[in-house]
Amino acid sequence: MSIPILQLKNIKLNKNGKQVLKVDQFTVEEGAIIGIVGPNGAGKSTFMKVMAFLEEPDEGEIFFRGINVSNQIGIDQRRQIAMVFQQPLMLNTTVHNNVAISLKLRNRPKKEIQELVIHWLERFGILHLQNRNAKTLSGGEAQRVALARAMISEPKLLFLDEPFTALDLPTRKRLLEDFRQVLMETKTTTLFVSHDFQEVKFLCKEMAMLYKGHLIDRAKFDEINRLQLPEELAQFLQDWMTPLAI
Amino acid sequence: MEMIGRGVIKAFEMIISRDPEIVMITLLTLKISGIATLISILIGIPLGVILAWSNFPGRKIVISIVNTAMGFPPVVVGLWVFLLLARNGPLGSLELLYTPTAIIIAQAVIASPIVIGLTSAAIMQVDEKMRLQLKSFGATKWQMLLLVLRETKYSLLAAVIAGFGGVISEIGASMMVGGNIKGYTRVLTTATVMETSKGNTDVAIGISIILMLLAYLVTLGLTIMQHREVKE
Repeated sequence: MSIPILQLKNIKLNKNGKQVLKVDQFTVEEGAIIGIVGPNGAGKSTFMKVMAFLEEPDEGEIFFRGINVSNQIGIDQRRQIAMVFQQPLMLNTTVHNNVAISLKLRNRPKKEIQELVIHWLERFGILHLQNRNAKTLSGGEAQRVALARAMISEPKLLFLDEPFTALDLPTRKRLLEDFRQVLMETKTTTLFVSHDFQEVKFLCKEMAMLYKGHLIDRAKFDEINRLQLPEELAQFLQDWMTPLAI
Repeated sequence: MEMIGRGVIKAFEMIISRDPEIVMITLLTLKISGIATLISILIGIPLGVILAWSNFPGRKIVISIVNTAMGFPPVVVGLWVFLLLARNGPLGSLELLYTPTAIIIAQAVIASPIVIGLTSAAIMQVDEKMRLQLKSFGATKWQMLLLVLRETKYSLLAAVIAGFGGVISEIGASMMVGGNIKGYTRVLTTATVMETSKGNTDVAIGISIILMLLAYLVTLGLTIMQHREVKE
């Protein structure tokens, strides 16, 4: 059995004297694509930040590729992950430079950077935008740049925090299709926060459920009805998975 | 009106004839204010970043002191630098009073709070999400700092412009610690005051026009640089 890429044990995080995250156990296997779901304020983004080494928990242990990295998360670990946020924050420079940034920070050779930037710009269909200032892009274009920027560093773990939410439906659909193809090809381990059930079902094979800062359970979509969940969360999931009828 | 006209003509005469004294005063003004601005950048940008990013007890008090210092009257700064550099002052043994170095020190003291205050304000405006984003790119602390400075370069250049504008136009400190010594510490502002007090209004107007032109040209250069950076 292979070593999980990420393991969390007895994680607790408090803010202003209030517990905002509690995870007893969570394991992410290599190649998994997991949706993180829960009502507003459930702690999804905090959970992602802790897993992405952007926020340190107060208690608990984190194992990255089998090594306990609790309290000693360094640049080497952080450079094996990438994260895409809901609002893609673009650097005030060209699309090319935006996509190249993480490789430049790693001092990779210029020729290699150039080749990889072109590859990922082509892969996300934005090669024609490479000389544009990234601040002038539309929402859909900017999100493609953000995804290319994340994928170029070949992350061992990819975190997506509602990256498609702000896009219109046709743009979202096209980007989701392209992105799913990329994930299938690269087999990148991915954790995905979304408010949209269709998006989660389209990209992920299973989902982890958060409620009031607690990781409640993890299951495949057809197993959800069999879980013992808090009533409010069960109701949320039922509503969430039911298509909107207007 | 006639006097102003004569002053404008005098300014052109001084520029066209390259009056050696005026050329020397202009170059000295540029050198003193340029070095003072450079010192204020070296002091102000790191301190501005520290003020924006660190969280120490009394931080708000320090910020309010910096904000107050941004508006300090140059004559007050001049007085305190004078007291420090005077023969019987704590730094009197350095014998810097009435030298160009004394003016540079006073002007650096005037410009530094401006650069610190505007730098910290610019850095504080950087979205917390942007900092998280930079961290997620795999940036080290130094790389993050450089990226944030690059992202705020428009505001940082504005801080430099404000700092330079503050010192090239001041007179109180230059007069007090420089002494307006001909051929040594006389700068455009002190020369303007002296010519006015001597009744040479046309010369004073001429020098003031050269001063405005100089300030404008330097600021124009910085502004062009600023806008080019933004386009890139």
